[in-house]
Amino acid sequence: MKQQFVAARAASGVGKSAGSASMRKVHRHSLATRLWHWANVATMAIMLMSGLMIFNAHPRLYWGHYGANPDPAWLDWSGGDGIPFPGWITLPSFYSLADARLWHLAFAWAFAVLVAGYLVWAGLSGHLRRRIAPRLHELAPAHLLREAAAHARLRFAPEAGYNTFQKLTYGAVLLVLLPGMVLTGLGMSPAIDAGYPGLVDLLGGRQSARSLHFIGMALLAAFFAVHIAMVLASGPLGQLRAMVTGWQRIPAEGEGQA
Amino acid sequence: MIVNRRKLLGMGAAGAGGLLLGGCDALNADPAVRGRLAGAEELTMRAQRLLVGDALAREFAERDMSPVFRANGSVSVADPVYNRHAASGFAEWQLQVGGLVQRPLALPLSSLKTMPQREQITRHDCVEGWSAIGKWQGPQLSTVLAMAGLLPAARYVVFHCADTLEGQPFYESIDLIDAFHPQTILAWRMNGRPLPIAHGAPLRLRVERQLGYKHAKFVMRIELRDSLSGLYGGKGGSWEDARGYQWYAGI
Repeated sequence: MKQQFVAARAASGVGKSAGSASMRKVHRHSLATRLWHWANVATMAIMLMSGLMIFNAHPRLYWGHYGANPDPAWLDWSGGDGIPFPGWITLPSFYSLADARLWHLAFAWAFAVLVAGYLVWAGLSGHLRRRIAPRLHELAPAHLLREAAAHARLRFAPEAGYNTFQKLTYGAVLLVLLPGMVLTGLGMSPAIDAGYPGLVDLLGGRQSARSLHFIGMALLAAFFAVHIAMVLASGPLGQLRAMVTGWQRIPAEGEGQA
Repeated sequence: MIVNRRKLLGMGAAGAGGLLLGGCDALNADPAVRGRLAGAEELTMRAQRLLVGDALAREFAERDMSPVFRANGSVSVADPVYNRHAASGFAEWQLQVGGLVQRPLALPLSSLKTMPQREQITRHDCVEGWSAIGKWQGPQLSTVLAMAGLLPAARYVVFHCADTLEGQPFYESIDLIDAFHPQTILAWRMNGRPLPIAHGAPLRLRVERQLGYKHAKFVMRIELRDSLSGLYGGKGGSWEDARGYQWYAGI
């Protein structure tokens, strides 16, 4: 079975699968992944938009324990009208730090529960081990180069598993970025810092936690942009169907050769 | 076929985007939605109290202090009575302590300075996102409250201040858990000098495990109450009433 997917990987191109006469269905996404994915769409949109509004309240970033207007900032967007993120991308669209905090700190609970819950499920169910962790041979330079070349030509194999770049990216997002957003968020809380000073020290201080929270946001936004681009480039309707129903139609073995 | 479907999908996405943008502000204005969201504040407070207990906020060394401590919020007071006191170095000024107490007090600054003192170098976290580290000194609030003696019904400590926010007298409040925390002090000294007016002279509350807007400046009167309803906007503080900030500011 696996050998067939590997064989099909290099051969099939975009759009071929949709027109092919002989199709078969593969199960791509478990129910837990699909539920988590769509819950994340809503939660992360709210967290991003309300978070950008919170950033608008003080659009400067520092390293260390303290940092305010008299101190040197590594990022300073307080020029112009001092509101770097426009209304169409913030929640609410008008300036309100209080309302943004209302959304951000409520949905932070949903975000943290979703991240923790999925990590526990992915660990216990074997999802992390079987589908996210790359195989040793996949990390070989020659293999990575081959996949990179296929990526560059926007050729995506209609296989059941993730390719190596997907595995590495999803792994980094799941294990580093998402838990990192929760921890850097907690590191900005004066109450949590009192109870767990080791956390904020590990992050390098409260202002470093705020900077890392912002950088994590930017990386997640970049992941989102690439994710959407990849979905659009690899047959968006099939991908959407797979993320809703769990099943994707791919060319049967031997079909769809480029 | 595919082009048509894609077009349709694009139109659908654009429509959904438009609805989403308008919908966000509509949801934001919906009292039922806001009520649900505000429920998280209670959850956060309970969770943090459970997880943090009575732990002390980190205290820093002098070398860790901010070179310049930003003054924010009200940096001066219009009230002429306050300004007369300020002109005389608050020599005749007294802190009033009343409400649900056994013995109402009027404490001159000199007696606040001679009570047992606590000095702490702590990080001040503004709700906007910046932080500054400074040194604060003053009696613990618990000492003053013990002198007055709380009546059993007392549940909140309200700080009435000389400044105003949007035309209303400024006030803030904390509950007894924070009021009796060892680091909750009435600071009259900052960075080794008498508290400057811009930072809330003669007296500023330090409640170290909450955000800066809870640290009431220009404190004139302390009132013990059983409830926050019926006091100004009823949300327990000027920032809460005027801007909708959370009453519990632990995050």
